[in-house]
Amino acid sequence: MEASGARALITPAMEARRGVWGPPRASAPVERYDIRVWAIAAYWPETPPRLYWDDAYARATRWRGVVAPQDFNPFGWPVDGRGETESPAGFSQPGVPSINGGQSDEYGVPIRPGDWITERSRLRGWDHRRTRMGPTVFVTTEVVWLNQRGEFVRRRLSVNIRYHADEAPEQEAPP
Amino acid sequence: MSYRVTFDEVRVGQEIPPWSRTTALMHWNRYAAANDEFVPFHMEDEAGVEAGGRGAFGMGNLRHTYLVNAVRDWAGDEAEIREVGCQYRAFNYRGDTLTCSGRVVETSVEAGRQGPVGLVRLELVVTNQDGTVASPGHALVALPLTREAALANAAHGDRL
Repeated sequence: MEASGARALITPAMEARRGVWGPPRASAPVERYDIRVWAIAAYWPETPPRLYWDDAYARATRWRGVVAPQDFNPFGWPVDGRGETESPAGFSQPGVPSINGGQSDEYGVPIRPGDWITERSRLRGWDHRRTRMGPTVFVTTEVVWLNQRGEFVRRRLSVNIRYHADEAPEQEAPP
Repeated sequence: MSYRVTFDEVRVGQEIPPWSRTTALMHWNRYAAANDEFVPFHMEDEAGVEAGGRGAFGMGNLRHTYLVNAVRDWAGDEAEIREVGCQYRAFNYRGDTLTCSGRVVETSVEAGRQGPVGLVRLELVVTNQDGTVASPGHALVALPLTREAALANAAHGDRL
């Protein structure tokens, strides 16, 4: 019962995409404004570190200019592709709850104004087990970013949790 | 030089200063705008209930951001944050106070581009005002060994 319930959460699209890198996509060039807005939101309501918005200050650091916070996302606000509902990993299923289980980032060189980022992603794999929410699958997606010089910027492993609900969850993710 | 700490000042068991925010729509909406993360359950109570919560709830990504901030504020602007990760284990509701804490669990030295570099592994956690663990996490930070080494490394760019 448990295994069959979890197996139903593994879609043919997931099987087909497991381990396969998707096509690259490029961000728009990063503006100084983008970094400043991100930093303000990240530190709200306090003033963010000057490293993220004060170029005169940042030039005096070893970064030699403004850099983005490590978790900055240059892929927000795409002109095309808005309203897409299908996950690039292929695990969207109508009626199946899907929650963000967490992420683990490895960082390389920082993002600077003028940089643009190329992203590639793949569905790395999944585990399944019964949790107090019911049969549950933990899907790991890997996303790698390089900048326009081919330098490593970030690798993110994200875990998406999907389950057949036996009962309403009390937590965002099972321990 | 804007390191707040160098490797020789770090000890296993040492705690980093707590970093807190009491979150509400003002925080979530700003983050949604920056991250293009307009998801109904982060904005509307009804959608939050449909998603299994008591009402609208905050972004997991914002918790991750707060952990990055906590590590940056502890280590200083010139420190090299190499890893940050966390799990999401509890909803963040409007009015919750999230506190990021951290403790040094391991230190080591590696060869860097300009000489030895100290690596500091941190165990992180985000708790709410009830003491509930909302997000266990971790980080890895690279630091110059000493203040003198930090000054010597000041001109050497993106990687220590």
